[in-house]
Amino acid sequence: MSVALTQPVNFYQANKGLFSWIFSTDHKRIGLLYFYAIISFFLVAMMLGFLMRLELISPGETIMGAKTYNQIFTLHGVIMIFLFLIPSVPAFFGNFFLPIMIGTDDVAFPKVNLLSWWLYVLGGIFALLTLVVGNGPADTGWTFYAPYSVKTGTNVTLAVLAAFILGFSSILTGLNFIVTIHRLRAPKMGWFKMPLFAWALYATAWIQLLATPIIGITLLMIVAERVFGLGLFDPALGGDPILYQHLFWIYSHPAVYIMVLPAMGLISEMIPTFAKRTIFGYKAIAFSSLAIAFIGYFVWGHHMFTSGMSGPARVIFSVLTFLVAVPSAIKVFNWVATLYKGSIDVKTPLLFSLAFIFQFLVGGLTGLVIGALATDIHLHDTYFVVGHFHYVMFGGAGFAFFGALHYWFPKIWGKMYHEKTAKVAFTFMFIGFNLLYFPMLVLGIMGMPRRYYDYLEEFTTLNVISTVGSWILITGIILMIINLIQSKRTGGETTRNPWGGTTLEWQTPSPPPLHNFDAVPVVPEGNPYDHKQNKSI
Amino acid sequence: MFSDASNFVQGVDTSFAIILGASLFFLVGITAVMVYFVVRYHKSRHPEAKDVHESRRLEITWTVIPTILVLVMFYFGWTGYKPMRSIPDEGIKVKAYAQMWSWQFEYENGKTSDSLVVPIDKAVVLDLISRDVVHSLYIPAFRIKEDVVPGRTNKMWFIGQKEGDYDIFCAEYCGDRHSYMLSKVVVVPEDKYTTWFNNKTTTDHPGLAVLKKNACLSCHSLDGTRIVGPSFKGIWGHEVEVITNGEERSVTVNEDYILRSVYDPNADVVKGFNQGQMISYKNIISEDEIKDIIEYLKTLK
Repeated sequence: MSVALTQPVNFYQANKGLFSWIFSTDHKRIGLLYFYAIISFFLVAMMLGFLMRLELISPGETIMGAKTYNQIFTLHGVIMIFLFLIPSVPAFFGNFFLPIMIGTDDVAFPKVNLLSWWLYVLGGIFALLTLVVGNGPADTGWTFYAPYSVKTGTNVTLAVLAAFILGFSSILTGLNFIVTIHRLRAPKMGWFKMPLFAWALYATAWIQLLATPIIGITLLMIVAERVFGLGLFDPALGGDPILYQHLFWIYSHPAVYIMVLPAMGLISEMIPTFAKRTIFGYKAIAFSSLAIAFIGYFVWGHHMFTSGMSGPARVIFSVLTFLVAVPSAIKVFNWVATLYKGSIDVKTPLLFSLAFIFQFLVGGLTGLVIGALATDIHLHDTYFVVGHFHYVMFGGAGFAFFGALHYWFPKIWGKMYHEKTAKVAFTFMFIGFNLLYFPMLVLGIMGMPRRYYDYLEEFTTLNVISTVGSWILITGIILMIINLIQSKRTGGETTRNPWGGTTLEWQTPSPPPLHNFDAVPVVPEGNPYDHKQNKSI
Repeated sequence: MFSDASNFVQGVDTSFAIILGASLFFLVGITAVMVYFVVRYHKSRHPEAKDVHESRRLEITWTVIPTILVLVMFYFGWTGYKPMRSIPDEGIKVKAYAQMWSWQFEYENGKTSDSLVVPIDKAVVLDLISRDVVHSLYIPAFRIKEDVVPGRTNKMWFIGQKEGDYDIFCAEYCGDRHSYMLSKVVVVPEDKYTTWFNNKTTTDHPGLAVLKKNACLSCHSLDGTRIVGPSFKGIWGHEVEVITNGEERSVTVNEDYILRSVYDPNADVVKGFNQGQMISYKNIISEDEIKDIIEYLKTLK
């Protein structure tokens, strides 16, 4: 590959000044705007998690009162879910890379894209405002279960309005991606020549578009209930709390696929690149994304096995829940098979991907344990569920996010990160993560309920281990961030294609020019991960 | 685990063993294959990658086998759970009242208790009634849990098969003192239960009984400890600083003040405590009962 003697003007150099960023309609700049906002919120919520674990290091009051603790775990959940996990992969990596990977110069609606970022910022401001006005942040848990959320004196109204606004941001991103993928693929970029990350974003976008309005209206109903005493969910006013739970989970279960499907797409990009061979079972992985998105709509009732829902409903939701496990299993088998007969280069993004597979397996298999009726009755609302959820969301989606941050670091910032430090940081994160969350699975089986400010003596040892794990994990995360900031300043030079990747983003300079390509990108003839073809380019 | 504390333990623990066992097998198996591939096909040992695109036979195998396996898991989960929903008509009927933040159990003869005393080897059927928000009655040793939802009466049942005390937790988040909403199931021999059941004499002051029945004591202590609301100890006849409509003023704790605090708790909020924490007990606590409470408060010096 020939490298031009004078690098073309990249998208950073194309325009200057604050306004050129916050009013930019360039998908790469919007992606980065999202990134800086998302990572800031992540760090805030991480510190809240740190404080929660510190409180739980011993029974009784350690550093804060019960009410403060309840507010902190609520804010931790709201920020991590609505401001980190849901936007993380689509709004940052999706915005930055989807148009490049399908060979176009922007998303279908660049101005709508900018609007969605502004809505995100507005939603974030609302969430943070709960800290400083009225009776402090909501103390309901991120699930806002009625009628407690109707009765509590804390800032529930502001918090659910924040989630409502963030929902619109997510809907607009989904809409933009669906149209972009349908209409803007480069010539010759057929559906089955798209990178699997694009497939994952496509499946996710449909969930964002179709499921998010349901949470929007549900949250407005909470506001109406609080402000006007409408009587939708509070039985004292003639409402039904179970109705709230159905409406909430009709969105919030598919929402966990909004969080994890794009992350699976990242894994499908990173593994073939570092195995130096094509992905195994391209179509199986692409279709399993659609299957997860589809079946995922019909399993919400498994959050309500103990709610008093009818017997047949419990049985049907349990069967469907087991079925949604199958397409996820198919993905795992294909990823592992992709390592077979490769020529594996163990770089940091691959380490994160392997950790993803292990941790996602733990998360998925523990999901089977709580998908089964008999065992869920015992484990529902215990620490087992907290452990399961963090294994999928952090051990899965979070690790994929950080892996991809290393994978695309040279492409986004035009410098190479420091590999050895990155590996040290990864090791801390992997050990810390498992030490933090594995004990929760055991605590849950022992019967410790979740959202407990205080606990019985017998649960102490495992809680101490978990808290120590949080320190190791945070050390790893801080080290990783310092390493990336340092690498951005002083990292080594990089090329267009430092990893030998096969998808289109590796054909453009690092960082890319304003309109993404300096020459018409060559869409590979066969499968998008065909490394043999790559060599001939 | 694997005790026999209730009639459900065996069924639930069998499903645990099957699902956890299969899960562990897959976790270890897949992880081992993954690590083996990374080592075996590391670029130093395997410099030239070989493309293997797909294999329909493999895809079908690893779709069909997991589908069968998960359906088997579903089946065991279902069989372990079915008896929990086959609630017998016969049995000891107890109403379990949940409110922020305590449990109260009411027996057929009107006897009330803050712990759930039951005879061994007898079916016990609970009507679950919430007086405020959603709670969940959880007895880990018995492997059972069911939400206590306001506006409806959920049911659960069990047979205690071993004498002893077992923890009851509230499993559905319900506010400040959720983690203190604890109680016990006490499984005793039949004759002991009969004696306990028929002994309705209470030594409690009638005012104290009202306070206990309405879970007042989960927020207001009797010994001066600060919980969610001010302690009852020594307040009778004393001056307190309250906030009324945002204005600070001083009032004496007398009959009027107590009545107002029970029926319109947000009118005068004692300085240093939060507004909106307490619901009105109008139509819940009668004026006669408030008189009992006042008599009791006078004894708390």
